[in-house]
Amino acid sequence: MAKTVSQLDYLGMSGWQKFCYNFLQFLKKLPVAFLSIFTVWIPKFARKIYNSVKRFFLTLWNAARHGDWKTRMSFLVMGFSQFSRKQIMRGLLFLVFEILFIIYMVAFGAAQLSMFGSLGVRDTIQGGEDPVTGERLPTVVGDNSLLILLYGILTMIFIIAFVYAWYANIKAAYAVQQYVEANQHLTTAKEDLNALADAQYHKTLLAGPLIGLVIFTIFPIIFMVFVAFTNYDMQHMPPNKTFDWVGWANFKSLFAGGLSGGTDFGRVFGKLLLWTVIWAIFATFTNYILGMIVAIMINKKGIKLKKLWRTVLIMTIAVPQFVSLLLMSQMLADEGALNMLFGTSIPFLTDPVLAKVTVIVVNIWVGIPFTMLMVTGILMNIPADLYESARIDGAGPVRMYFKITLPYVLHVTTPSLISNFVGNINNFGVIYLLTGGGPSMAAGGSGGAGETDLLITWLYKLIQDKKQYGIASVISIMMFVLTAVISLIVYNRSKAVKNEEDFM
Amino acid sequence: MANSVKQKKMRSKKAVERSTNAVIYVILVAISVIWLFPYVYLLLQSLRGEPGIMTRYFFPKKWTFGNYIRLFKNQGLSKANKPISTGDYNFLNWYGRTFLIAVVVTVIQTVIVLVTSYALSRMRFKMRKPLMNAMLILGMFPGFMSMTAMYFLLQLIGLTQDMSIVGLILVYVGSSCMGYYICKGFFDTIPKSLDEAARIDGANRQTIFFKIILPLSKPIIIYTILTSFMGPWGEYMFASLIANGSPKYWNVAVGLRDMIQRESLAKYNDGFQRFCAAAVVVSLPITILFFILQRYYVEGVTGGSVKG
Repeated sequence: MAKTVSQLDYLGMSGWQKFCYNFLQFLKKLPVAFLSIFTVWIPKFARKIYNSVKRFFLTLWNAARHGDWKTRMSFLVMGFSQFSRKQIMRGLLFLVFEILFIIYMVAFGAAQLSMFGSLGVRDTIQGGEDPVTGERLPTVVGDNSLLILLYGILTMIFIIAFVYAWYANIKAAYAVQQYVEANQHLTTAKEDLNALADAQYHKTLLAGPLIGLVIFTIFPIIFMVFVAFTNYDMQHMPPNKTFDWVGWANFKSLFAGGLSGGTDFGRVFGKLLLWTVIWAIFATFTNYILGMIVAIMINKKGIKLKKLWRTVLIMTIAVPQFVSLLLMSQMLADEGALNMLFGTSIPFLTDPVLAKVTVIVVNIWVGIPFTMLMVTGILMNIPADLYESARIDGAGPVRMYFKITLPYVLHVTTPSLISNFVGNINNFGVIYLLTGGGPSMAAGGSGGAGETDLLITWLYKLIQDKKQYGIASVISIMMFVLTAVISLIVYNRSKAVKNEEDFM
Repeated sequence: MANSVKQKKMRSKKAVERSTNAVIYVILVAISVIWLFPYVYLLLQSLRGEPGIMTRYFFPKKWTFGNYIRLFKNQGLSKANKPISTGDYNFLNWYGRTFLIAVVVTVIQTVIVLVTSYALSRMRFKMRKPLMNAMLILGMFPGFMSMTAMYFLLQLIGLTQDMSIVGLILVYVGSSCMGYYICKGFFDTIPKSLDEAARIDGANRQTIFFKIILPLSKPIIIYTILTSFMGPWGEYMFASLIANGSPKYWNVAVGLRDMIQRESLAKYNDGFQRFCAAAVVVSLPITILFFILQRYYVEGVTGGSVKG
């Protein structure tokens, strides 16, 4: 199987063979695909950035050289070119934006940005009575590193937005000049507005969602990356104490090993990473395979009460998941319902090994219905004439399953398999609500991590209980790298597969 | 002679078929028991009259609605070991908050998802592909870390304590455009020729969206509404973060988890029964809603997975 087979041989394979073959090919190409991040993706990205920087300066240069005085004036007063050529609306928008930006920077932004380098130096000095003189001392409020960092990043985002607007303003100013010179029609404000409901409708639609995306997804990620380079933790809690830039120290304490602040981050991270990957593989594939089997059983010809079986299974989707999981955590506890009812004392959630098995089994209980629904829909979509012609050719049910059903389902569900895998790496709910990460690890220096903790639940504990923001940021960056690499590789690979052989 | 052999073969084939079906029925019944057992148990326990955390028998000996009544009257329950004014540890309050948040989030999120999906499915513009790729990559960040940053941001603009409902809504809604995938997949299946015909008749993009695409998208709209509602209804991570330990600002998920902490259970001898009652009350509306709209949910799940 290791060598590449010809198209003809490939078509002759059974479903499982095809799957195994693709899987092996995938594994074989994994190192190459991983390297391709450095050999293909990063250079491609760099070239794109280089091109846009070049375009940026070229546009400015052209506008400055060939533009008339009105266009050149736009370098200073945004919107001037449009304004003076009777595109009042557009000119006004640019101008207002510029004025707002200047006010913000003068009144606020510049000061915040100037403190960004040090993140503040003055700690808060608590007031109270002086022990010697008995004099009342006022509390002196120090610098709040957290606010400085937040405002600094916001200001930077604002500056980038301004530079972009300024660039767009000059580009448009020059374009307007050319339009006038060529005696072409300039769009009026009314036409602009109409375009926003038609040709430019996507701008109207996406403006709101994208602003939300910037504020609630992109900004927090940037913030997180910055925090990874600070010593923001329990000992450095604003507003009482400032925190500082510490360079790569957090990364070092994660990778160099050894104890830092009573926790061996490197060892715990390695251990949890391994368990996270094992968990994600098991959680994804057990659900997938078992769910498919259940779906096929329910949809088998001659099985009655199809709707009833389906409805029963859907219970775990219909009841809010946290209720199901909390309930399970109670039923499987040491003195929980199961042990009580059957008079046993099985440590479902307190034995390190058994707890891991239990969370996977409970995850199956929660997850099978999703796969079942998905596969049911696909099974109904398989053209009936495929089975008809197979039957005429004398194929039995087993043969039909391996030759038609399985390849079809596998082919169609690859994308959802990928997203399930990534989702399971970040599956907070199942672990946290079921075991809370427990049982706790035997060895010291575990940083509060338990045996069933995934990286994500450990992160939660580091933040919520230990306030170790710096190192938690480093860990989440590492998690991002992990999931991004896996999904990019699989994504590209599966796209390639799809182009090679579209089913039917 | 040949005929009877054929008949025998047919008969044995039928016998095999029948025994496979029998095995499948046995498995299906077993599965049903496993799937339903916890929920039946939950319902029975919520009606149990005897005290104690767990019992050694399945059916309660004394039936009562007392657990529900005490739950709503907020009697004798407070955060374990910490004296907190009784008004804070209030199930009805959590329930109302969660419901309000879920409803508002549902409305806004549904609009955002529909709008984003339409733009990405029907419009062609320069940033379309980069945007979709960017959202794919952004989706891979562990959501939790961005939550802490968001928490600080919300604290800054004063949306954490008494305003935490607004804060939570903003957070849940904030990045909802990233969930465009399934809805866009549905829009892609609506023939483009409909758009073109309308354009020839002079309709602009906006008119097409409202008059043609939306009326054809009932299943996916209901699917989006259903999933948008279920999300905040059971969200734990951010709700617990933003409440910062004070029960006043919890939602049902955080409240219910606290109710079954060991120390809470040990302190009140009807703690578990009351948790069960609360769980039933929390689940009931959404479960009923789900079963009514089941068809649309199934369509969404299957449709979304089929698109590659």
